Amino acid sequence: MLAFILRRLGQATLVIGAMIVIVFFGVNVIGDPVYMLISPEMDQNAIESTKVALGLDKPIWEQFVYFVTGAVQGDLGRSFVHGEPAIKLILSRMPATMELALVALLMAIVIGLPLGVYAGLKPESRISKAIMAISILGFSLPTFWVGLMLIMFFSVMLGWLPATGRGDVVRVLGIETSLLSWQGWTFIALPALNLALLKISLVIRLARAGTREAALMDYVKFARAKGLAQSRIVGVHIMKNIMIPIVTVLGLEFGSLVAFSVVTETIFAWPGMGKLLLEAIQRLDRPVIVAYVMVVVVLFVVINLVVDVLYSILDPRVRLTEAKA
Amino acid sequence: MQTPVISVENLKTHFFTRAGQVKSVDGISFHVNKGEVLGLVGESGSGKSVTGFSIMGLIDPPGRITDGSIRLNGKELVGLSDEEMRKVRGREVAMIFQDPMMTLNPVLRIDTQMIEAITAHEKVSDKAARARARDALAKVGIPSPDERLSAYPHQFSGGMRQRVAIATALLNSPSLIVCDEPTTALDVTIQSQILAEMQQLCAETGTALIWITHDLTVIAGLAQRVAVMYAGRIVETGPVDALLDAPIHPYTRGLLGSLPSAGVPGQPLAQIPGATPSLARLPPGCAFAPRCAFASDVCRTAAPESLSHGPDRAARCHHPLEAPKAAA
Repeated sequence: MLAFILRRLGQATLVIGAMIVIVFFGVNVIGDPVYMLISPEMDQNAIESTKVALGLDKPIWEQFVYFVTGAVQGDLGRSFVHGEPAIKLILSRMPATMELALVALLMAIVIGLPLGVYAGLKPESRISKAIMAISILGFSLPTFWVGLMLIMFFSVMLGWLPATGRGDVVRVLGIETSLLSWQGWTFIALPALNLALLKISLVIRLARAGTREAALMDYVKFARAKGLAQSRIVGVHIMKNIMIPIVTVLGLEFGSLVAFSVVTETIFAWPGMGKLLLEAIQRLDRPVIVAYVMVVVVLFVVINLVVDVLYSILDPRVRLTEAKA
Repeated sequence: MQTPVISVENLKTHFFTRAGQVKSVDGISFHVNKGEVLGLVGESGSGKSVTGFSIMGLIDPPGRITDGSIRLNGKELVGLSDEEMRKVRGREVAMIFQDPMMTLNPVLRIDTQMIEAITAHEKVSDKAARARARDALAKVGIPSPDERLSAYPHQFSGGMRQRVAIATALLNSPSLIVCDEPTTALDVTIQSQILAEMQQLCAETGTALIWITHDLTVIAGLAQRVAVMYAGRIVETGPVDALLDAPIHPYTRGLLGSLPSAGVPGQPLAQIPGATPSLARLPPGCAFAPRCAFASDVCRTAAPESLSHGPDRAARCHHPLEAPKAAA
């Protein structure tokens, strides 16, 4: 197990190294940030001095060496726009995004799993067919449209939930969170639901397919022949088997929840990383873009590792020590 | 005369499908006494497994028991509620399945799967249940049962898994175990070991067995009585030796003749011509008539009744083969 984790960390370092090269040079190809930062009245001397101040006058390989030296020490450069360290900017926005993604993930499981299992157990019933129809909508409706509709319905027409922002946050261990107050939950409910919609549909589909398959297996028949109650057969025998694909997919999807919360954060004015990224791209704030991508890459690597470990807990046939890279 | 452990009367289990009403089991009657092994023989689709599942109350829609009675130790099982039937399953009647690779849940430990079979029926401590599970494993010949309890199914071989399934079935000392081809998926050496163990366990505990199989050689060594099923009906019953030595029904003879060992080396193997009829569209007379060498006009129009042919023997045939000496 330890050897497995160490080997995976080694691979992760390679992945991150490759990403640094791709992202750094990729970002340097697009546009010249200096012209986004200067005001039209500036003369050539002022432009040159800005360039020098940002380190953009040096050849690109020198900039790269400078960047990597900094990155190894945890410094991903300063934001051109805010003048603050990029990593600090990202990390200050990260709790909001993580919170949103976690609540969305939780919603996907809490709402999707029971509905999917029900639809799998009674595939012919009307309720199951309704569940499946709704899940198709969840897949096909665009996120931004659903977000706007949610705002219109719950905030404008019913007036139940706030439309935008994060409300007052509570500080715990230096991290701001809105999950500790009722008011905080009213603010996070709509954006989280919006972000979760696609994942709910995904979980419904996976749970339904898994349940239908498992319900026909001999071990379920054998469990029934033992005289077990239906609740135990579904809750233990079927559930533990269908969780394997669901955990895999949700693990990977969690990364995309974080990375692609951009749309939801923009619609609901949620002050997270996604919104920061969008602003950074508009203003060619290179260090912030690079830092954001780096953070997301690390996040994906960590999540994949966690999923692999979870795997071995759920499925005893998976032996991490025997896994060959 | 003692009360049989199980007595099935005129059982009909039909499946209501789009293709029509499939009469998987259509009016069968049999009984099994304490400590007795009844072999239920037939080809695929003859209704033998459905019979087993009917006894267990595990017939799912679109199938249901439409008629007849199943009495377990005098208690009627047909018409019991789901919860009442659940209490019977695993406690008074247990079942073992064909494929030992599939019957144990791959993601749960053996102890979990055995202990839950006990606690589903009695309020006992986990420790006591675990001790019982360990004893059951030891009884079916699993070495170091204490360690093996904490193992997962994939750490066992096929034969060992079937032993675990048998041990699980034995946990609540049921009076009847329905064995649905439990040795078919095992190789012959393991098969004979398990057969010998089952025989011994039944003799010790008085558990009755219904052994469902298509393998007549297994039946020959294990069962006391045999019932041969064809297209949802029992076409012949009798004590195992008499039935195998002198079959009355042409189908039974065809089955025996199909055994490769019965043929002459070098000659083509014997087989019954044709295939089992679709259970949704059975011929009006005897279901076996289209494949039978002895069939006459009466066979094609009237279904034969079950007729007695001497003590403990019966067959459904208009043209019974030469009756055994006992019938004279």
